[in-house]
Amino acid sequence: MKTRKEKTGFRIPDLSRAAGPISSIVAIAVGLMIGFIILLISNPARALEGFAWIIGGGINSAKDLGNVLYYATPIIMTGLSVAFAFRTSLFNIGASGQFIVGALGAVLVGVKCTFLGSFQWVVGLLAAMVFGAVWALIPGLLKAYNNVNEVISCIMTNYIGMYLVNWIVKSTVYHQLTNRSLPVANEANIPKLGLDKLFPGSSINGGFIIAVLICIFAYILLNKTTFGFELKACGYNRFASRYAGISEKRSIIMAMVISGAMAGIGGGLLYLAGSGKYINVEDVLAPEGFTGISVALLGMSHPIGTLFAGLFIAYITVGGSYMQLAGFVPEIIDIITATVIYFAAFALIMRNLLQRFRLRKGGERT
Amino acid sequence: MEYIIEMRDIVKDFPGIRANDHVTLQVRKGEIHALLGENGAGKSTLMSILFGMYKPDSGSILLRGKEVHISGPRMANELGIGMVHQHFMLVHNFTVLQNIILGVETTQNGFLKMDEARKKVVALSEKYGLKVDPDALISEITVGMQQRVEILKMLYRENDILIFDEPTAVLTPQEIDELMDIMKGLAAEGKSIIFITHKLEEIKRVADRCTVLRMGKCIGTVNVADVTVEELSEMMVGRKVILKVEKQEKEPGRPVLEVRNLTIRDHKSKSRKNKVHNLSLTVREGEIVCIAGVDGNGQSELVQAITGLIPADEGQIILKGEDVTKKSIRYRNTHGLSHIPEDRHKYGLVLDYNLAENLVLMEYFEPRFQSRGFLKQKEITAYAEKLISQFDIRSSEGARTRVRSMSGGNQQKAIAAREISRNPDLLLAVQPTRGLDVGAIEYMHGQIVKARDSGKAVLVVSFELSEVMNLADRILVMYEGEIVANVKPSEVTEKELGLYMAGSKRSEAV
Repeated sequence: MKTRKEKTGFRIPDLSRAAGPISSIVAIAVGLMIGFIILLISNPARALEGFAWIIGGGINSAKDLGNVLYYATPIIMTGLSVAFAFRTSLFNIGASGQFIVGALGAVLVGVKCTFLGSFQWVVGLLAAMVFGAVWALIPGLLKAYNNVNEVISCIMTNYIGMYLVNWIVKSTVYHQLTNRSLPVANEANIPKLGLDKLFPGSSINGGFIIAVLICIFAYILLNKTTFGFELKACGYNRFASRYAGISEKRSIIMAMVISGAMAGIGGGLLYLAGSGKYINVEDVLAPEGFTGISVALLGMSHPIGTLFAGLFIAYITVGGSYMQLAGFVPEIIDIITATVIYFAAFALIMRNLLQRFRLRKGGERT
Repeated sequence: MEYIIEMRDIVKDFPGIRANDHVTLQVRKGEIHALLGENGAGKSTLMSILFGMYKPDSGSILLRGKEVHISGPRMANELGIGMVHQHFMLVHNFTVLQNIILGVETTQNGFLKMDEARKKVVALSEKYGLKVDPDALISEITVGMQQRVEILKMLYRENDILIFDEPTAVLTPQEIDELMDIMKGLAAEGKSIIFITHKLEEIKRVADRCTVLRMGKCIGTVNVADVTVEELSEMMVGRKVILKVEKQEKEPGRPVLEVRNLTIRDHKSKSRKNKVHNLSLTVREGEIVCIAGVDGNGQSELVQAITGLIPADEGQIILKGEDVTKKSIRYRNTHGLSHIPEDRHKYGLVLDYNLAENLVLMEYFEPRFQSRGFLKQKEITAYAEKLISQFDIRSSEGARTRVRSMSGGNQQKAIAAREISRNPDLLLAVQPTRGLDVGAIEYMHGQIVKARDSGKAVLVVSFELSEVMNLADRILVMYEGEIVANVKPSEVTEKELGLYMAGSKRSEAV
């Protein structure tokens, strides 16, 4: 009982043994239940049918499964971005801005640099990574050197990023008629790697594989390297880290840069997917960045957990789109999926409840 | 109704461990009853049960002869049980009075009736000789005074069973004397006191009876007057304990640490005195230098400047002949400096890391623990296991135990193991035995003496006079950022040291 809560500010979600996955699953179940109640209220007669679509729509066909993977790809990346920053006790709410700035990098290369040939998509993704990283560097520097709260600066960079991208798109790769960016060259699209044969008719491409690889990379980085050791140590206890000679500033900056790079790659993966995505010139923040927060929370800020959380949310989204067949209007569908995601993100609270339960049964002895 | 409180045959199991094994505690009205035991002996668990924070697996609690089931701290309070925690529960930007009435405000039509409360507080303060100013801000009074506010809080709530959880750990010798008087006064007024401690002299001084716990078992309850300190410590530890530090005379060698004219200003309030003022000291090979003094006289700043956590405003810090004043923390850590910090939770450990990770916290970047940026898990675990057995660090899951779940004594052992094993030239230990029990203190002192005997320079900062007198080859007393005495323990009495510490005496030979 004498264990003191450190006053390092943010409580860091992490995966503590079995409590992690279990609480995520419990949270998902609660979310689905509440979603079902909303369905019952809006249309009792066909609620069950609609609910069946949410649950089963994602595996309705190979195409749907492929689309689940396709939708999951960008939010896995933004989720990973948020989760990575969480581990250093930074709340990267700026994934949205980094995502769209990264997308801009990818689209610029994708439209302009046709001379790169079959390397164009690779360079496009690298550009997305660098753009995202640079965009996250700003709040990182502000935090490290001027102690500016990263939440505030991230929110600001979100808007600045959005308008900046609109302006650059308009002045470089603009298609006036559709009010969006020009289509990227064919070589700029990420190779399908035969996945389109496996999941015919879906928008899936090699981007999903890249996202999975980056999740594994993040896991190794966090858990197997001295660099990850330093990042996490700073996140858990920056005082003890300083005393151990770890540079707190460097850790904050690096964590933000890597976090931004991941969100940027997410933007690149979506806009180079060859699925007919263009950067629309409109005053809307990229929603993928905020979904990333849910993904990170549901995934308990663990890279592999984030992978599954992203898949789950994509699955619900695809399933939800089928609810129209049961006579639900799109608005209700959005409400349902949002509810499920919202409650699923309570995984953290579930974990705390589980831990308290364990503690009451007996736990730490002081 | 012989006993005011009786805990009968209490059993409490935690996974893998029995924290209380048929423990019986019987407290008489108006007595000071000491509860003695090592860290992890089950004292805290027992008190948590009394406070309703844990439910006992079996056994019963009788209050004034009637069986009660205490459901939580609130109910404990209603039954008249109050506690002064080790870490005070005070709102720092509130006044004393506001803190005392917090939660039990008397109101009229929703407005506070402070006058009545003030009268009551002043009356209580006078009755028990607490001398507390009800309008002072908590942030501006001393730790000793803060503790008295905690005592007043209990009295204001008309508690008559008062639990003191290691109350002397944060006090100066003079404050301890005063606290002991206050406790005696409270008992004389019919309050019953449970005094949790592992300091044997204090038990001898104030307690009437003493219940000893060891490894969750009740070893016995004795009349304090009938036993010696040695007998008590043997009951507690289960073997004979050497309370006196055994060490041979040793001629100090070359200087390892030299601090020259160090000044650290008070950056928060420019008007105040310097935190450390023009301070010089030297620590040599094979020498234990102890800095005595009341907490807050610049010791923390001095230590932080030596370790590199804060920059020196003026002066130099020289380690093995090299000026390290401007060097990084890591540079100092890898060039002969080891540091057992004052606040082990804040600076010493990453509580959410496991034991192995904490044991390599200072060395994870060395080639033996990493190659090309990848941690060598096997080597780290093997190294951790070596230290765990060598230093007898106890935990539930060995190297994989989360440090947060370990007992305070074992956390401290882990830090000591890490720092001593790095084979430093200078060991800087701040309050190395704070919160440790006799067995662990003996061990810690043994380790420090061993380090000194192997030719290391040791600088210890301690607020406990007995520790300073016991351990030091040379004593420096710090008062208001300056060293006011430089003496050998054989040439000085505890009383004299107390005077130096209070600033009323100054030695010429500084």
